[in-house]
Amino acid sequence: MMDRIPILRMGQFLLVTIQVDMHDRLALALQDDLTTKISETGATGVLIDISSLEIVDSFIGRMVANISAMSKILDAQTVIVGMQPAVAITLVELGLSLPGVRTALDVERGMALLQNPRVNMTSYAQAGDEENFDDSDNQN
Amino acid sequence: MPRLATKKILTTVIIKTETLPVMAEHDVVKARQMVRQWASEIGLSLVDQTKIITAASELARNMVIYGGGGTMEIQSLEQYGRRGVKLVFEDKGPGIADITQALKDGFTTGSGMGLGLGGAKRLSNEFEIESTPGQGTRIMIARWK
Repeated sequence: MMDRIPILRMGQFLLVTIQVDMHDRLALALQDDLTTKISETGATGVLIDISSLEIVDSFIGRMVANISAMSKILDAQTVIVGMQPAVAITLVELGLSLPGVRTALDVERGMALLQNPRVNMTSYAQAGDEENFDDSDNQN
Repeated sequence: MPRLATKKILTTVIIKTETLPVMAEHDVVKARQMVRQWASEIGLSLVDQTKIITAASELARNMVIYGGGGTMEIQSLEQYGRRGVKLVFEDKGPGIADITQALKDGFTTGSGMGLGLGGAKRLSNEFEIESTPGQGTRIMIARWK
């Protein structure tokens, strides 16, 4: 059972589409493969499409949060796209709100976010918490 | 009238039942798939299916990691005229010393996030846990249509 989830490279981004019901070891392997690939390629962004994932439990959720944190340290942004509404509802009820993980509704929006993260940050700030937004980095 | 009502409450029909051994990681995936199939068969909504599958995934993994493996009994049943899925997870592992503490979010004796047990409880309509240190753990969850 040495199957792995393929990682595609597109310009300076890495793309991952999870299309299988992941067992835990597969999730851990993806975490390792992605961090290796980021440092090999110098990718600045990672897009993970989870639209075919029917559930995200605490283990997979932790893997997603880990990938996000690790890639940030390696100077790459991670965006999770395509989460099914039922999965989002269940995740929050489970107690996982994935802080620090960037999400987008679909691949297109996710790519836009990776290509121009600033534009999006400005629009968040304009949405009403520019003061908090600027301070948050200093406080942490 | 009250008598009739009592009679109705006592009616529980087990539609079908099966037991799946959960010994290793790939059995957790099998358990999830089985719960999905049974939950969709009785007509649970997509959100309810996702909730019970996620709860099952947490409890099945707990059994593999902490309980040394065990079994998942799955039942589809009809009670009070509504249908539901009931799952019983049973292992002969070391048991849980302090159940109240184990149910708290963030508590873990392993490397997880400590959301499994409390999360599974929140995702189910019914939740029962019995555990005897040194003898094992039995957890029942149910989700109704």
